[in-house]
Formats: sequence, structure tokens, C-alpha cells
Amino acid sequence: MTWEIGSGLSIGAILLVVIVTAAMLIWVERRLLGFWQDRLGPNRVGPFGLLQVVADMIKIFTKEDWIPPFADRFSFVLAPTIIMIVILMSFSVIPFAPGLGVVDSNVGILFVLAMASLGAYSVMLGGLASDNKYALLGSLRAAAQMVSYEVFMGVSLLGVVALAGSFNLREIVIAQEGGWYVIPQFVGFVIFLIAGIAESHRLPFDIPEAEQEICAGYHTEYSGMKFGMFFVGEYLGLVLISSLITVLFFGGWNGPALLPPIVWFSAKAFFFIAFFILLRAAIPRPRYDQLMSYGWLFLLPLSLVNLLVTGAVILMQI
Amino acid sequence: MSFLFYAGGVVALISTLLVILQTNVVHALIYLVLSLLAVAVVFFSLGAPFVALLEAIVYAGAIMVLFLFVVMMLNLGQTTREQEKAWLPTKVWFVPVVLATILLIGLLSSFPVNSIEVAEVGVMEVSGLLFGPYVLAVELASFLLLAGLISAYHLAKSR
Repeated sequence: MTWEIGSGLSIGAILLVVIVTAAMLIWVERRLLGFWQDRLGPNRVGPFGLLQVVADMIKIFTKEDWIPPFADRFSFVLAPTIIMIVILMSFSVIPFAPGLGVVDSNVGILFVLAMASLGAYSVMLGGLASDNKYALLGSLRAAAQMVSYEVFMGVSLLGVVALAGSFNLREIVIAQEGGWYVIPQFVGFVIFLIAGIAESHRLPFDIPEAEQEICAGYHTEYSGMKFGMFFVGEYLGLVLISSLITVLFFGGWNGPALLPPIVWFSAKAFFFIAFFILLRAAIPRPRYDQLMSYGWLFLLPLSLVNLLVTGAVILMQI
Repeated sequence: MSFLFYAGGVVALISTLLVILQTNVVHALIYLVLSLLAVAVVFFSLGAPFVALLEAIVYAGAIMVLFLFVVMMLNLGQTTREQEKAWLPTKVWFVPVVLATILLIGLLSSFPVNSIEVAEVGVMEVSGLLFGPYVLAVELASFLLLAGLISAYHLAKSR
């Protein structure tokens, strides 16, 4: 058992750390939101309220796991598993540190995009199988939103791919030793950030589950651990998007040698997680049609122009 | 690799069969997605990871999502399931199954039995071909897609 790429030990450790981080985010998010909104947040269970996650888990596991009699059982049970599986699969290509990862794939970015596009089935099937009008509205919104923002997400990454000359995430990190790609690819970074929020449907783009308009959207009928999987899946998505931003635009594990690479990676990823939580605290939700027209009429042309200019600059430098 | 190839092939065959046999259209779509993903695994095992992931992104991840999107708005329920059942009684199956079996036997006996030769084809090689010798085909395909896009826009705007 060694710590090389793809060994059983590193796969197990990555899986454990990623899931525990996602679960701990339930507490981190509520504390940070409380801090930014000038209130306390959960601080009763354990030191600083740290055991709140344990309390939440006990609650979620012991709740009645109810499948509505009018629901389509097969799709209803399948839906929450899809989101967990596809997001955990995406972590397999993330390079956490030199020699630490699950696979070193030459098509890493494409794999993440493929998994992200399969993630859309989770919310769509969840809403459709529930046979509930709010759930259906939520999943219709989710489908349109995720299919649209996938496009800009993919196009915004191509600038980085062109600069590094590789789809391999590990090679992209190594190519950033001389300088982070956030500087030449700032537009790509902003588009990726926005598309990332929309893909993981978090506030301000949580239109598929907007509580004030459509109950809880696609997971209205879910309870117990099935709801828990949607819930943790969303936090896993948040960790994934933050890790991807770190890897693609902020040099991954690169940093001054006074700290080990994995610490740099975690610190950068946590910074973006906190940034996403701050966005949730700061920005109100747009209307559904505003979200769609903003994407197609502004982000798509912008990302195409960014790609064109990047390509032209690279060609001029040769 | 050859284990992956046969596993992917078997899953693709079974799930495609289930697509036809399902009476619930949503379940049929799920099996179709599974079948496309299995085909992606077959591509991967044959040394074409780029094509495999494009299959997953474009077919399983985009086109099938749009299929499901349409199904969501059709409000299909118990009546459609019964209609489907009425269209596929057992006696309709008999002759096609016999004919297809004869074809399958013919196909299997005419196959040369070789081991699978895996030659890895990377992203660069595929891109070089697409923008080199096959650039005309790529452009023609993009014309076709653009025509489809404009027609869809026209149909939606016609009021």
C-alpha cells in the first residue's frame, strides 16, 4: 500500500476526505452565512457547533424514507444516486498534489465535462419521477439551465487547454509553474465561475429549487437519506467546482515551498468554497428568463471571443 | 482491455433490448443512456478515449437530456403504457426473433476470429485528422447543424 496515483490507499483517502469535507460544509456554510449576516449560526452542538453535522446526519438517517405512492419508483430511487456517483467520479481526475490522485488521464477535462452533463439526469429524473407539479417545474428549469451553462463551461475551459496544450489536468497544473492561468485567462475564469455556480445550482442560480417560488423544486417529494444525497451532492459539486478552479486557473498545488503542495491545494480550494458561500450571502436570485438570456446572449459570445483571441495570441507567439 | 470491450458490448446489447421492451418511456430513455455509455466504454477499450468521451458528452449528456426534456412536457401516463403494451403482444415478437436469430448466426459464423488489436489514438491525432484531410466534412456537418438551428428558430418564431 503506497501513496502513488491510483493505489487503493490514495483512492480510499481521497474518497473519505472529499465526502467528509462535503458533509462538514453543511456546518461551514451555515456558520459563514451567520458571520456575514451578523448573527451566530449553529454554535450549540459541540465546540463551535462542530458536531452540528453529526446531529444533522443522525436526523437525516433516522427520518422516514418515504416514496410517494404516485411516484415512479425506479426513477425516483435512481435519481439521487446519479448525482453522488457522477460527482465522485469527477474527483478521480483531479490532481490533488504531485503523486496523489486516482487516475492520470489524458482526457481529464473532457471526463469532468461528461460527468457534469450526466449530472443533469439526476435533477430531471428526480423531478419527473416525483409526479408533483412543483418538482416538474423545478426539473424543467434545471434541465434548461444545466444544458445551457454546460456549453459556456466547456468553451471557457478551451483557452486554458490551448495554453497548456493538453486535456490532462496534471499537465495543466505543471504548465502553470511559471504563472497562473488566471492572468491570461481572466475572462475564461469569470465565465467558468459563473457557469460553475449554475451547474451546481447554488444560490444565486438555485432557480431549480427556488424555495419562495416552487417549494423545494425537484426534491420537493424527497425525504430521509434520498434528500440527504441531493443535499450532500450539492456540496460535493461545490467542492468539485472549487477544486477545478484551483487546478485550471490558480496553479493547483503550486505555491512557495514553505508549505507542502496538498496544503496549497486545499487552501486555494477552500478559499473558493468560502467565496461561493459569500456569493450566496450577497447576491439575490435572478429571474429564470434573465438567467437564460444572460447566458446565451452575453456569456456565449464572450466565451467565443475569449477563445478566438487566445488562439490568435498563441499563434502570434509561435 | 478485452474484458472491458466484452463487458461494454454485453451491457450495450442488453440495455438496447430493454429500450425496445420497456413500456414506460422514461425507463426506456434511461436504458438508452446506459446503452450509449456502454458504447462509450467499448470505444475506450478499443483505444479511442476522445471519441468515447465525446459519445458520453454529446449523445448521453446532451441529446438524451433534450429527449427527456420533451418527454417531461408530454405528460405521458398510464394510458400510454397500456397503449404500448397493446402494440407489443407476444405473437408480434415471434417471427422477427426467428429471423433476427438466423441473421445473427450468419453474422457470427462469417466473423474472422481475431484478438482485439488496441492502438491508442489520442486527442491530437483525432484533431489533426478533423482539421486536416476531413475539414470539408466537418464544415459540411456544421452547415447542416446551422440549417437545423435556423429552422428550429423559424418554427418557434412563426407566430
